[in-house]
Amino acid sequence: MTDTAWIDGALTSARPQAVGALLRYFRDLDTAEEAFQNACLRALKSWPQNGPPRDPAAWLIMVGRNVAIDDLRRGKKQQPLPEEDAISDLDDAEEQLAERLDGSHYRDDILRLLFICCHPDLPATQQIALALRIVSGLTVKQIARAFLVSEAAMEQRITRAKGRVADADVPFETPGAVERTDRLSAVAAMIYLIFNEGYSASGDTAEIRAPLCEEAIRLARLLLRLFQSEPEIMGLTALLLLQHARAAARFDSDGAVILLDDQDRSKWNKPMIAEGLALIDKAMRHRRSGPYQVQAAIAALHARAERPEDTDWTQIDLLYGALEIMQPSPVVTLNRAVAVSKVRGPEAGLDMIEPLAQRLSNYFHFFGVRGAFLMQLGRNDEARTAFDRAIALANTSAEAAHIRMHLDRLQRDSQPRGVKAGK
Amino acid sequence: MLYAILCYHDEDTVGSWTKEQDAAVMQKLSVVQDKLAKQGRLGPVARLLPTTAATTLRKDDPPLVLDGPYAETKEQLLGFYVVDCKNLDEALDVARDLAAVNPGGAYEIRPVGLLRPGSLPS
Repeated sequence: MTDTAWIDGALTSARPQAVGALLRYFRDLDTAEEAFQNACLRALKSWPQNGPPRDPAAWLIMVGRNVAIDDLRRGKKQQPLPEEDAISDLDDAEEQLAERLDGSHYRDDILRLLFICCHPDLPATQQIALALRIVSGLTVKQIARAFLVSEAAMEQRITRAKGRVADADVPFETPGAVERTDRLSAVAAMIYLIFNEGYSASGDTAEIRAPLCEEAIRLARLLLRLFQSEPEIMGLTALLLLQHARAAARFDSDGAVILLDDQDRSKWNKPMIAEGLALIDKAMRHRRSGPYQVQAAIAALHARAERPEDTDWTQIDLLYGALEIMQPSPVVTLNRAVAVSKVRGPEAGLDMIEPLAQRLSNYFHFFGVRGAFLMQLGRNDEARTAFDRAIALANTSAEAAHIRMHLDRLQRDSQPRGVKAGK
Repeated sequence: MLYAILCYHDEDTVGSWTKEQDAAVMQKLSVVQDKLAKQGRLGPVARLLPTTAATTLRKDDPPLVLDGPYAETKEQLLGFYVVDCKNLDEALDVARDLAAVNPGGAYEIRPVGLLRPGSLPS
């Protein structure tokens, strides 16, 4: 790897800590980002000549802070606006800096940086875009590409999000224990959103959007390093790793969805699975269960099965049962019904989802699952009706194509031999 | 003499490498390893999962289980090699070869007192 590539890596990895600390000094996102940018420019000049500093983040904070203070002072001479508030705690900053970088204080900086991105006023897409821009440091172009929108549209979205955050009251004092826990769970939810944005991509865009999954995993690991004993953060990280481990097997060469049962399991990423399993193992020891851990445990059971028929569906059914209690939702019940159908047959699965019909009347997966149960029962006409509805509700062309495959099979089965008998 | 070459690196940095960058480094490292293996000088090689996957058992009474790595350091132990070398100079040469294709971080070169190669398949 070349030196520049190494420097890029160091700048990227130092970013959350450096921008987080600079934000605390200047209490203004734009100033903090600009200070960081300036520090990076200097790093690119200085590091190749003088060698990399032992602590890149500390170097960037120090340099970024000094440059920004110079700029603020210069600006003050030209237009004597009361900037005093913005730089009020700079005088003793030098002294505190060393202590802060060695201590555990910086974790609150990073958490704050992540937390302002999940402001409740921001819609999910803006939260994600903001986090990718501010915390991960992706360029607007990269983010626009991942969201499949124009650069100008993304620029506007991020600017708008920043505006809202700036108007909001961002708490800068060190959070108390309860507050910290609240922030942590908001941030975890946002990281999960980033992941889903990449994971729910269809086959033709999966590759473009994969960086979202990778970035989410990187942020989850970062969060876990800051909060090493939080079982739900272990669960979240494990969940993302176990899901993403299947990425290479989830679509065929034409971009069509390959369901879990039909995936080539040799394409699953083994080190990612190993890490996910290790984390869920660690999390269970705490005996403080939560939704991420349960979902990770379900993913772990799939990951552990070398062949589809080795899957422990009984255990999966139980885990979904636990999840239903923690997070009651018709979607969770729908997933549970799939496990139930594997253990007790499609009739039992169907019985379980009938009560959900009204609440999921516009949900693609409901009709996909319902159609599959009916097809397994040989109730082909009803299956066709369900699949037709699913196609009408499909979110991506890959989803529609997948259902069309079922319909074609029904067509083939019914033509030569008439209606197939139930199993 | 057997030397353990312990690999320390900032795992945030290593973690921010792209898949391609990571694969390129691993590929170059394997060239260095192959050379040693052909000379019959290469013992076990390990790449460790991130420290977030680590658990520490403090040998207190009773032993205390803690999440995370033993030491909170700027650079983390991310892997190790065991290499047969005549002396420290030769071990440093090996470490330099490895460093040439994997910049950043540091190698600790530690003579091995006892090695049981074990019988695990790789």
